[in-house]
Amino acid sequence: MSKNNENLLNIENLSIHFFIEEGTVAAVNDLNFSLKPGETIGLVGETGAGKTTTALGIMSLIQSPPGLVVDGSIIYDGRNLLELSEAEMRAVRGSQISMIFQDPMTSLNPVFPIRDQIAEVVMLHEKVTAAQAIQRAEEMLDKVGIRKERAKDFPHQFSGGMRQRVGIAIALACNPKLLIADEPTTALDVTIQAQVLELMKGLKEENNTSMIMITHDLGIVAEICDKVAIMYAGSVVETADKKELFNNPKHPYTIGLFNSIPDIEKDEEKLKPIKGLMPDPMNLPSGCSFHPRCDHAKPECSQKVPKHTQVNDGHYVRCLLFEEGGE
Amino acid sequence: MHKYILRRLLMMIPVLIGVMFIIFVLDYIRPGCPSRVILGEAASPEAIARVREELRLDDPFLIRFGSFVGNALTLDFGRSWQTNRPVFQEIFARFPNTMQLAGMSVIFALLMGVPLGILSATKQYSIFDIIANFTGLLAAAIPNFWLGMMMVILFGVNLRIFPTSGWGTPMHWVMPVVAIGASSAAIIMRMTRSSMLECIRSDYIRTARAKGQKESVVIFKHALRNALIPVTTVAGLTFGALLGGAVLTETIFAIPGLGRFMVEAISQMDQPLVQGGVLLIAISFSLVNLLVDILYAFIDPRIRSQYR
Ligand SMILES: Nc1ncnc2c1ncn2[C@@H]1O[C@H](COP(=O)(O)OP(=O)(O)O)[C@@H](O)[C@H]1O
Ligand SMILES: [Mg+2]
Repeated sequence: MSKNNENLLNIENLSIHFFIEEGTVAAVNDLNFSLKPGETIGLVGETGAGKTTTALGIMSLIQSPPGLVVDGSIIYDGRNLLELSEAEMRAVRGSQISMIFQDPMTSLNPVFPIRDQIAEVVMLHEKVTAAQAIQRAEEMLDKVGIRKERAKDFPHQFSGGMRQRVGIAIALACNPKLLIADEPTTALDVTIQAQVLELMKGLKEENNTSMIMITHDLGIVAEICDKVAIMYAGSVVETADKKELFNNPKHPYTIGLFNSIPDIEKDEEKLKPIKGLMPDPMNLPSGCSFHPRCDHAKPECSQKVPKHTQVNDGHYVRCLLFEEGGE
Repeated sequence: MHKYILRRLLMMIPVLIGVMFIIFVLDYIRPGCPSRVILGEAASPEAIARVREELRLDDPFLIRFGSFVGNALTLDFGRSWQTNRPVFQEIFARFPNTMQLAGMSVIFALLMGVPLGILSATKQYSIFDIIANFTGLLAAAIPNFWLGMMMVILFGVNLRIFPTSGWGTPMHWVMPVVAIGASSAAIIMRMTRSSMLECIRSDYIRTARAKGQKESVVIFKHALRNALIPVTTVAGLTFGALLGGAVLTETIFAIPGLGRFMVEAISQMDQPLVQGGVLLIAISFSLVNLLVDILYAFIDPRIRSQYR
């Protein structure tokens, strides 16, 4: 938290591939984004865009084999996480950086009371007695809105929304500097979604926690993010402040995303979904991986990989349309 | 939980009455007159009539069944037709040996199978995993009695490390326990391996790792407890099956157990012994089942909350 304009997290050229029998899955390709202390970035993309893989890459939790970080760096608080030993990384996980998972129904261990599952992370990272850890767990439960009497209950005795609250309590129990939330509300009912988002927003502001909010829902981004990174086929194709991105989207894919959500105010306009499908990460198109689906594709798009081009202050696009104009 | 156990114990009553009915009917419809079994073919008609009177063989069916059940409740199954000693005494001279053999075999199988299963799951596709799987397949495929005989030849006769027969000292236990437990150990190992593999890939294991937990704790605390549920089933079933006695192994090692004894009783048509023995086996099997179900509840709170 020293220099305020310094990045808490800076990911450069990150590539993560899975080497499986059928071939190489290029899940994350030359991915770049950064995050300042206290900031929330929305990582937006379709299913299979590589969002979860990116998150697990930051946590060094990529299943290996078959997964491997083949390139890049993840600089967190001045250290490259990819160069840390497993023991050093364990000290980071759960205390510096923690994660909330997508499916609350399966993310908690069915055989332990929820209170113990929260206390576990406290015991791991802080010099406290078991009794103190349990007391902290109960405080956390209170913070996420679960009554103390239910502390000794088991996960199966809670609804999905309540279980996700437990997941939030586990993630925030040690006051991490960075919280990665991987589609934390996708598995929940709409009404519960709003409550859980509100809760996360409040707790994160309370502790000035930075957050990576992974989602495919631009509504959620509008609600709680400061900036946005749009992901396509494992890389960030456009990144900007939320306002800038919503008002002035540049990349054809981003524009397509906005066009494919219904707008109540302009109901005369028809939905224009992006044509075609996400490419198979085992067999990505050459050049710009979006070119087969792009209305503005030129012949060179299938040959040249676009670089990040700044189109506005802090607004970067990865598209040849802008590269020519900008250079 | 207490209520559940009580209810399960009460539920054993109709089951056991059913078992008794089947035991009784099977003997009732069996051809041949019991008095001839007892007295031999050359018996005089008067002697036969006396025995029929003594055994109340001419009473109506329901009355005979009723008195059988009544006697069984007081653990009185009559006397063996062969030795003329009380059935209860005869059976309990052997049942503890069978229990001991079954118990030790299951413990041996668990002590071998669970750690090896965990190891081969955490080191999937390693050389160790491949060797363990191959050996396991072999151990599961080899018949118990053959393994027993080979051990007798090698360790008993040639190397003279273990006594070739009998029961009583720990040295006597080693070979029979290994002979019986080897295949169960292999099955438990494979079960543990596949169940562990499934657990290791689950989301809550990722959560545990994301907390910064050590891999050993992740495996032994978070995964193992969940992986043990199917293993408990197999161990319980194995133990239950062994309570009926491991006839071939008992024969090879000359162990005074229930299995061999029961086979002899059946071939001698020693009706009271067979009835008492089968009932005892049925009761212990039911109790083992109950024990396994209680164990489930201890391992898995989801099952616990179903037991109401
Ligand atoms: N363990 C794995 N083995 C092989 N392929 C994987 C593995 N994990 C993820 N992938 C592949 O990587 C790609 C990106 O997946 P993921 O990061 O889960 O996407 P998202 O979270 O954006 O939906 C997908 O094509 C997926 O099939
Ligand atoms: Mg995902």
